[in-house]
Amino acid sequence: MALKASELNVGDSYEEEVCRDLSRTQIVQYAGTSGDYNPLHTDDKYTVEIAKYPSVFAHGMLSMGMTGKMLTNYVGDGRLRSFGVRFTAQVFPGATLTAKATVAAIREEDGETIADIEVSTVDAEGTVVVKGQATAKLDA
Amino acid sequence: MAVKKFPIEAGHIMMFARSVGDANEIYYDSDYAETTEPGAVIAPPTFVQSSAQFDPDYFLRPKIGQEWFGSGKEATGITKKPESSGGGGGGGGGLHAEQHYVYHKQLQAGDVLTATTKPGKTWEKEGRRGGKLMFSESVTEYRNEAGELVVTATGVGVRTERPATST
Repeated sequence: MALKASELNVGDSYEEEVCRDLSRTQIVQYAGTSGDYNPLHTDDKYTVEIAKYPSVFAHGMLSMGMTGKMLTNYVGDGRLRSFGVRFTAQVFPGATLTAKATVAAIREEDGETIADIEVSTVDAEGTVVVKGQATAKLDA
Repeated sequence: MAVKKFPIEAGHIMMFARSVGDANEIYYDSDYAETTEPGAVIAPPTFVQSSAQFDPDYFLRPKIGQEWFGSGKEATGITKKPESSGGGGGGGGGLHAEQHYVYHKQLQAGDVLTATTKPGKTWEKEGRRGGKLMFSESVTEYRNEAGELVVTATGVGVRTERPATST
């Protein structure tokens, strides 16, 4: 179900827990589907001994993908016109992430009604891991 | 990254949706998808990232018969750092700092795309712990078989440069 401009206000928000206790296995799953097999995400021996990180960590694109799930659940299938983020903190196994969308503006563009949406995803400690913007087409 | 043929396959969409924890039936069930507004199995918003699977030179995938920099018996299979071919995960190489998508047309199962990547802007910033952060952008255009632009993807990679005084 798409959002209706007539029922939407600037400042409205929606949030969703997009992962709980992120598993190494889910990170492996994402490596397998995305094709990004960088050992930093799946290979603890390499990541600790060679790259000197405390452990493997999630692909930024996995955090963005999980954030995108919240967005499409909110704005409806096939409604996104743009989606962009900055990766602001690394996400390690065990993370619980909550993604939030807040309506920043509702406007007309090329005959369509568009919502500008602020996006942020935070971990259980409140650290922002993904921050960005999206636009979505609204119904009248 | 240049990809000559990126087939948008329903099975790949299903597995991708699973990997980001997205249970939306539109990614799994074509009968259900027909009843939705798009009317077909569509690709999740970040799906085009998986075009890396169809890039023959993608540097973050082990190549058959070649050494791999991840661990085997030892912590790394090689000592030399791999050359970046750009695109995909790291944007312009290094860690992935930003990713932006503009959706021009709905991407759905059955589409076949091509992808061409061009370097974008580059800029520098002082890191919080000293040393320069070097950002580089890469812009990938995904087009369908009719040559229409479907998705524009802009990735930003960041590399760090240790201060000259550090040892």
